Parts: sequence; structure tokens; C-alpha cells
Amino acid sequence: MTGERIDDYLDGNDLAGPLAELFAVDVTVATGRCASCGLAGPVAMLRVYPHAPGLVARCPGCEEVMLRLVRTPDRAYLDLRGMLTLAIPLPA
Amino acid sequence: MGIVSPGFRGRRRPAGATELPPGQYLTEDFPVLSAGPTPRVPLDRWELLVTTETDQQYRWTWSELMSLPTESPVVDLHCVTKWSKLATAWEGVSLDALLGGVETAAEYALVSSYGGYTTNLPLADLLDGRAWIAFRYDGRDLVPEHGGPARLLVPHLYLWKSAKWVRGIRLLVRDRPGFWETAGYHDYGDPWREQRYQGD
Repeated sequence: MTGERIDDYLDGNDLAGPLAELFAVDVTVATGRCASCGLAGPVAMLRVYPHAPGLVARCPGCEEVMLRLVRTPDRAYLDLRGMLTLAIPLPA
Repeated sequence: MGIVSPGFRGRRRPAGATELPPGQYLTEDFPVLSAGPTPRVPLDRWELLVTTETDQQYRWTWSELMSLPTESPVVDLHCVTKWSKLATAWEGVSLDALLGGVETAAEYALVSSYGGYTTNLPLADLLDGRAWIAFRYDGRDLVPEHGGPARLLVPHLYLWKSAKWVRGIRLLVRDRPGFWETAGYHDYGDPWREQRYQGD
């Protein structure tokens, strides 16, 4: 599913495809906490800037970078420095 | 006639053909790439700050920048996302004019922007008429989407090095990778050697 286009960014649903290559779970339904302002919410609610050399996902509260993903021909670079925690729902 | 034979002038290419760096395609429009919201910087609050490796600072306001001699480079742009745009016309101040009076033994620069973006390059690549603080494009004031009020212009490297909304240049003894360079992109980024990613 393609996220809704809002001004010049997309919503975090657009991370689902690229992150599915790396994770066994759907990370967009996980709850991420911003390392900058502490706001917690679903990854699907992040603001994704796709018109760049990589994917940049920012906090909808403070606009700081929470996730960066660069896909080169033979590897992926994932930066989660801006993500204090990622709470991933798993079967009980 | 000069001493140098015309035979040394380079490869002959067919009329109308355009030579591009490897892997690039030609575009006529000017795509807007951005890793975040577009900063809007009022000119009365704009400043450019150069900080040396000894923490000495040099500062220019907008009016001070405007009082410096300007140049009008016409240059080709090469974006790492593979588009190239040829013969773009800019107006700006050469980094030679800005850095000429700066005392430093640094070999690297980390350029920073309003909005938090950073990119690194060797200091030598900012000098010798190869880099500008550009504030006009195609005869008009540079719009925020393309980095206005002022951006770095280093056209011999991939365009991610030409930081939009430039705010500061930190001179460093050791190289320090910037925003995209810490996420897999090449430290130098020469389009003619196709240095897109680390290891290229």
C-alpha cells in the first residue's frame, strides 16, 4: 500500500516494503519512541521523505530524523539513532 | 597556431552528443530532492559561520555576503540518483573569497545547513575556483526548494555535497562523515569515477 502524499512527504506506510526486506515482522505497526522529543507512536505515522538519496523518516512531533535507510546494490544501511525504542507486537 | 596539437584536445564525439558521467541520464527539468522539511530563513537572520580546527570563528551576515565580489559559474550538475542537468547558470561568491583570510591547517570540511543536514569533503575541493556560496539561479533569487537563500555549489562532486540552505563550514584535521556519508554514501563522491557508495 502506498502512503498518502502530504505536501512533500509520505506517511510511514511507505516504509513497509523497504523494511520487509530486512525484518521478519511488519515494523510499520511497531511503536517507535523519538529519541529527541520522546513522542511515541506507530512507525506508520512517521513522515517519510522519499525524494532523496535514501529514505528519511521523521518524527511527526518535532521533525527530527528517527530512521534512515539507504539501499545500495549489495547492502542496506539502517540508522535508528533517532529511535529510542521500537516496541514490536508479537504473539503472546 | 599554438604548440599543442589539436589532436590532444580530447575524445572526438558525434555532433549533438552529450557526454555524461557513467550511469547518469540527462534531464531538462530540475528535480527537487530533500531529506526533510524546507527551511525558510529570513535574510536578516541568515548567517554563514566558518569555524576552524582551533574554534576560531568567522561570520558573514547576508549584507556582508552581498558586498563580496560575485561570480557567475555555468556548470553541469550530477545527482547520485542518476540525473544530470547541464549548463546551469548560477551567481554566487567563490569560497576562495570567503576562506582566503581564514587561518587554518585543516584538510577537511564538514558543511552544515539550516535544518540540520551535513556533508563532508576535503577542504581543497572548496578552493581554486571550484566551489561557491550560490544565491541566484537562472537569473533569479534562489528559491527555498533549491536551497535558497543560499546553498553550497560544488559541481565537480555529486550534488548531495552541494548542501542546500548552507549555514556553516567546520574545518577539521580529520575527516568526519556527514548525513549521507554515515549512511553508506561515498566520502568523496566523484561522478566521473562513479563514487556513489562506500567502497566504489
